[in-house]
Amino acid sequence: MAYKTRVGSLDNYEKGVIELDDDLRKYAFSNIFEVAGAAQPFERVAVVQNLEYTAEVVRSEGESGWYAAPHDEFAIVMDGEITFHFVKLEDGQVPSHDGGAIKLGAKPNGPNMGRVTARRGHQVLLPKGAAYQLVSGAPAVAVLQTVEGPETVKRWSEICVMGGEKVQ
Amino acid sequence: MSVTEAKVEKIGTDEATGYSSYRFGSFTFSRDEYFAHVAWPKGSHIIEVDRFLRAMVRDIGWGFFYGWIFFDDVFGTTNHYGTVDIFAGAYDRGCKEAGIDFLETYSAEAVSEAFETISKDWISEGYDPLNAPLETGSPIGPKGKERTDPLLRSFIAADRMLGLPGDKSVRTEADGFGINRAFADLEFDQPEIECEPGFEGQLHAINLFDHIARSDITWNPSISAITRANICCVTSEEHMLPVIHGNDRNEWFIQLTDEIHWNIADKNSGAPRGRIVMKAGDVCAMPADIRHQGFAPKRSMLMVMENGTPGLEQRYASGELKPYPVDFES
Repeated sequence: MAYKTRVGSLDNYEKGVIELDDDLRKYAFSNIFEVAGAAQPFERVAVVQNLEYTAEVVRSEGESGWYAAPHDEFAIVMDGEITFHFVKLEDGQVPSHDGGAIKLGAKPNGPNMGRVTARRGHQVLLPKGAAYQLVSGAPAVAVLQTVEGPETVKRWSEICVMGGEKVQ
Repeated sequence: MSVTEAKVEKIGTDEATGYSSYRFGSFTFSRDEYFAHVAWPKGSHIIEVDRFLRAMVRDIGWGFFYGWIFFDDVFGTTNHYGTVDIFAGAYDRGCKEAGIDFLETYSAEAVSEAFETISKDWISEGYDPLNAPLETGSPIGPKGKERTDPLLRSFIAADRMLGLPGDKSVRTEADGFGINRAFADLEFDQPEIECEPGFEGQLHAINLFDHIARSDITWNPSISAITRANICCVTSEEHMLPVIHGNDRNEWFIQLTDEIHWNIADKNSGAPRGRIVMKAGDVCAMPADIRHQGFAPKRSMLMVMENGTPGLEQRYASGELKPYPVDFES
């Protein structure tokens, strides 16, 4: 038997259903592609929050600014292609705030480490000690595994299915 | 909470079926051709043996996972991270009202040994409860030849990220992990990593979908990447989750491909609350006050995000933390 695997994209996704005798806000049901489509390029919109930890959706379109975090982060590309450029930070340049990515004022003055080009299904390490930039020739979508930080955008009421409403 | 000192012991072997029966603490376990039978001082219970074995081997493989693992509405385990409850009817309204509910606490090591002993005796060659039903034989009938390969496998826990030097490996064709039939229509390429001289090995990326597509087991999350205590797990899901999971903390699902239907119920009473259908790209929290069971009509890829902060279960149990993750006012 031949199987057809269904994946989503910015241009073609089908949202599921949440039908509960409960406050739907407790489930914070959203869709990555819907969130990315409504966001500004490189906004980091939280779709997962586990106390201080988040997963943030980003629509990569053109060139982003440069980001760094005081811990490892990870990106999973869900649609399109993203090239991640990396610059090594000196010890004194590594962010020391509690957590999450910060946006740097400009490309840092460190040596270029190289780049990773990733497409749907690829998971990329955004290592502590490096600054990174996202570049996409066409709109692409990634989910960032990280910590809530200064760049985290929270708009739960806009992205989540609310009580008394069905998705379809 | 008092911990019962117990060690699994064989109490007999059925001449007709060949299966042995076991005592562990106040519980006894036996099986016939179709069913597992669990008995305790105040009652007994019957579970279809395929479901019982699928639940039992996963419970061991997960290290009892987070919180409650219901083999069905009546029987299951609760993880206290060092000790484990085995309960019967303790979270079932009917059993409680009948006064036959029972719960006993043991060391996690003792429960693991007991469940492994029972599983090993009750699983014969040709049946692998970690496989999807379409990919394995049946456990029904009399005892056959015992399996000699490991019953528990493929629970991969990366320390930082899969594939990094010194960390756990991604699944590969060369290691015997072929692309599963259900993902044969996908194309799998590799990310391009271009390091400048002097930075070789410092950049890293993998094809995570390729890794998941090569999994030969179902409903068995394995860790792909860790940010502090934030654990990203991935798993392939087909047919039905053979347990009902009641977490002791909030967890999150990100549907990577295809769809999963989740039945949601109250964690303490089992009263149904409704259903959630997650499709590719959907994100949904599983609050800490529910139990959930998933059904995947086609093998799908699921990402699970867990907060592994030690002691979190006590902060939720005490009410310090809300049983749901998002504050909509912020």
